[in-house]
Amino acid sequence: MADDEIILSELSDDELVLQMHDDLYDGLKEEIEESVNILLERKWTPYDVLTKALVAGMTIVGYDFRDGILFVPEVLLAANAMKAGMFILKPLLAETGAPRMGKMVIGTVKGDIHDIGKNLVAMMMEGAGFEVRDLGINNSVEKYLAALEEDQPDILGMSALLTTTMPYMKVVIDTLKEKGLREEYIVLVGGAPLNEEFGKAIGADAYCRDAAVAVETAKQYMLRKHNAVAG
Amino acid sequence: MIPDDRSLTERGLPLEAHQGRVLLLACGALAHEILTLKRMNGWDHLDLTCLPANLHLWPDRIPAAVEAAVLEHRDAYAQVFVVYADCGTGGLLLQKCKDLGVEMVEGPHCYSFFEGNDAFAKLADDEFSAFYLTDFLVRQFDAFVWRPMGLDRHPELRDMYFGNYTKLVYQAQTNDAGLDAKAEDCARRLGLAYERRFTGYGDLATTLARL
Repeated sequence: MADDEIILSELSDDELVLQMHDDLYDGLKEEIEESVNILLERKWTPYDVLTKALVAGMTIVGYDFRDGILFVPEVLLAANAMKAGMFILKPLLAETGAPRMGKMVIGTVKGDIHDIGKNLVAMMMEGAGFEVRDLGINNSVEKYLAALEEDQPDILGMSALLTTTMPYMKVVIDTLKEKGLREEYIVLVGGAPLNEEFGKAIGADAYCRDAAVAVETAKQYMLRKHNAVAG
Repeated sequence: MIPDDRSLTERGLPLEAHQGRVLLLACGALAHEILTLKRMNGWDHLDLTCLPANLHLWPDRIPAAVEAAVLEHRDAYAQVFVVYADCGTGGLLLQKCKDLGVEMVEGPHCYSFFEGNDAFAKLADDEFSAFYLTDFLVRQFDAFVWRPMGLDRHPELRDMYFGNYTKLVYQAQTNDAGLDAKAEDCARRLGLAYERRFTGYGDLATTLARL
């Protein structure tokens, strides 16, 4: 064993959480799994492990991706590590009744098979306390509508990576309008070739440039929704 | 003399001498094809300069780079023609070209205009799970695909990137057995079925012929 090797179980809670942020940043899946289990053994609530260790760590990864310090491969490794931690926490979160922020249906649009960004958004939304139904890739307007009817979510999220497929988001939004359903949902869109102007032009509520922005935008809209209901 | 692919990827192609009345401002990934078309057709009225092909790794940087190059060269030419398709800019490059008063190649990307935009659009429903490579991208596979995606360091990420793809289509601009073999090897490395389709220069040739 190297002299400088860190024994996770010997770290204090604060040190361990900071170490988890580092380990997430470095995409160290097994270390994250071990640390999650250590915190649970120390009687941390699953919700605190999720938010203070995993989500906070992944947020740092998100900021550094946005700022061009980290790139897609590093983000994917970090996401894999976080996913492993969430896999341990998910059943426990359900048992312990963590706060729910709202419900989201998300999917990549018809003709598009790209799901890396969409998967990151789904994971970070779950981490932020949203219940997420992930429709996967290549979703027709009919599939979106069926899921909306079935799940009655607060938010519809649509993703596209291609210039050729992003216009399909407008098809979905226009169909919602035709059916008088548009105002029932907060519609968030994202994907590499999109921009704010496109989001506005197709009638989405917001364009989200990355997973962290998606989470913050979703939270803001949920707050407005609650305030509107309360008002 | 045309620089090697690595120079075209990282630095582009500088304008060597002002001879023609039209300047083609192109992506470095198209330099070989455009120079071949020029030579084959005797298009001496067309000069060529290229931006680095690796701008495609950051498509949001393409419009500003094109703008800077148009402004640098436009006074010396009767026309500047931008040899880029939309290339992942989400319409921003087209808008930039309109603002600058210059034209560009139609279509979403080079895979489409090499196939022919109409033909590519017809294939879309059946082929949306295809990953495309052109001659340039086959030669530069490691620089454009393998290394930027981190697959040299983390091969375990391959299926996160390519798990939803079903096949690799090599759109061949030229008949080159060596490139064919390399493209097939790229498909193997990505875990995809392989298909070679000869496209030639497609809409690139017809578009440049009109200038």
